[in-house]
Amino acid sequence: MWQWFYKLGSPRYFYEMTTGFVPWLARATFLLLAIGLVWGLGFAPPDYQMGDNYRIIYIHVPTASGAIWIYAMMAVMAAMHMIWNIKVADMVAKSCALIGASFCAVALVTGAFWGKPTWGTYWIWDAKLTATLILFFVYVGVMALRSAFDSETAASKAASVLTLVGVVNLPIIYYAAYWWNTLHQRSSELGVRDASANPPEIWIPAVFSGFGLIGLIFVIIILHTRNEILLRERRAQWVQELVKQETGNA
Amino acid sequence: MTPARKQKLMIVGSIVLGSAVAVALMLYAFNQGLNVFFTPTEIAEGKVGADQNIRIGGMVKMGSLVKQGAGTTITFIATDTNEDIPVAYTGVLPDLFREGQGVVAEGRIDANGVFQANSILAKHDENYMSAEVKAALDAAAERKAAGGTP
Repeated sequence: MWQWFYKLGSPRYFYEMTTGFVPWLARATFLLLAIGLVWGLGFAPPDYQMGDNYRIIYIHVPTASGAIWIYAMMAVMAAMHMIWNIKVADMVAKSCALIGASFCAVALVTGAFWGKPTWGTYWIWDAKLTATLILFFVYVGVMALRSAFDSETAASKAASVLTLVGVVNLPIIYYAAYWWNTLHQRSSELGVRDASANPPEIWIPAVFSGFGLIGLIFVIIILHTRNEILLRERRAQWVQELVKQETGNA
Repeated sequence: MTPARKQKLMIVGSIVLGSAVAVALMLYAFNQGLNVFFTPTEIAEGKVGADQNIRIGGMVKMGSLVKQGAGTTITFIATDTNEDIPVAYTGVLPDLFREGQGVVAEGRIDANGVFQANSILAKHDENYMSAEVKAALDAAAERKAAGGTP
């Protein structure tokens, strides 16, 4: 187990292992997303009071929780990079920032489009919404800080520290609706015990689109990390040979 | 783990812990100032000064919604089941606004103790269900209220 872990920390091993793996992950992702979105947007029953408006949860909820979990992953990678100096961890962290910020932006925008017809407003400065906006700014801040340095090592170090500081925001976003009065509702419990609320025909499509978006996260992170590996290891022999091979085939 | 790694681990731990403690103290200092609305109970306790622009939140009490005249003026009672506050509002309402539903209103309390709202937002809970399920539930609740077996 540890050996595999250390191997994955080697850029070359990470690159070679993911070459065969990514296409399959991408296919599974596409399938899950297609099922989840078609089912959720087209066939799940309308909500008793929001009608069809509620269907945006099939995008809003996975992207919003995705934005939180991507940040958690980015923080773990930042910690691993700082403690064990694993280069791949830093590259993954860099990829996380980009897709995390995108997910956060999608969650904010879909939330606004959901809020207007249901609440009656696109935005309110309640604790949950504000904390999510801060998460978006932290993501952008991590990316900006990283690109502000000429030296790669200094950039990684600074981005890692800022990432770790931002972790404190995650529980605030999740528990905001429990700790304070907010306009935003709390997180739904999947109705396994209580048959009345959130029945399976509403949340099963959400599980599909949720796993689909998790797949999408990993596909994008892996592809981005592979590019980063090629860029940073461009002087390594195996990369040069790979390039020679690829250009020879073309 | 080498001493150098252990030291790095301590640094990472203290960054996370330090920022968590700092933010926790900050949120604690804000106390309940981060709430987006006051509840009718808090208003009854006199936590809000007169003529302050505030938001109140609660449920629209069942049977309290009254349309005033032919215009768009309405009055209703917002409740947290503990305390009530009468609300008056003129304007467009969100689709989800109805009796028994959560509401957040912005405005001020007038001299008669009526909350004069200048905007109304609807608050909904985290339970989604289909129209059929809702109808079945309501029918079951009615039967139960009538004394029959559900």
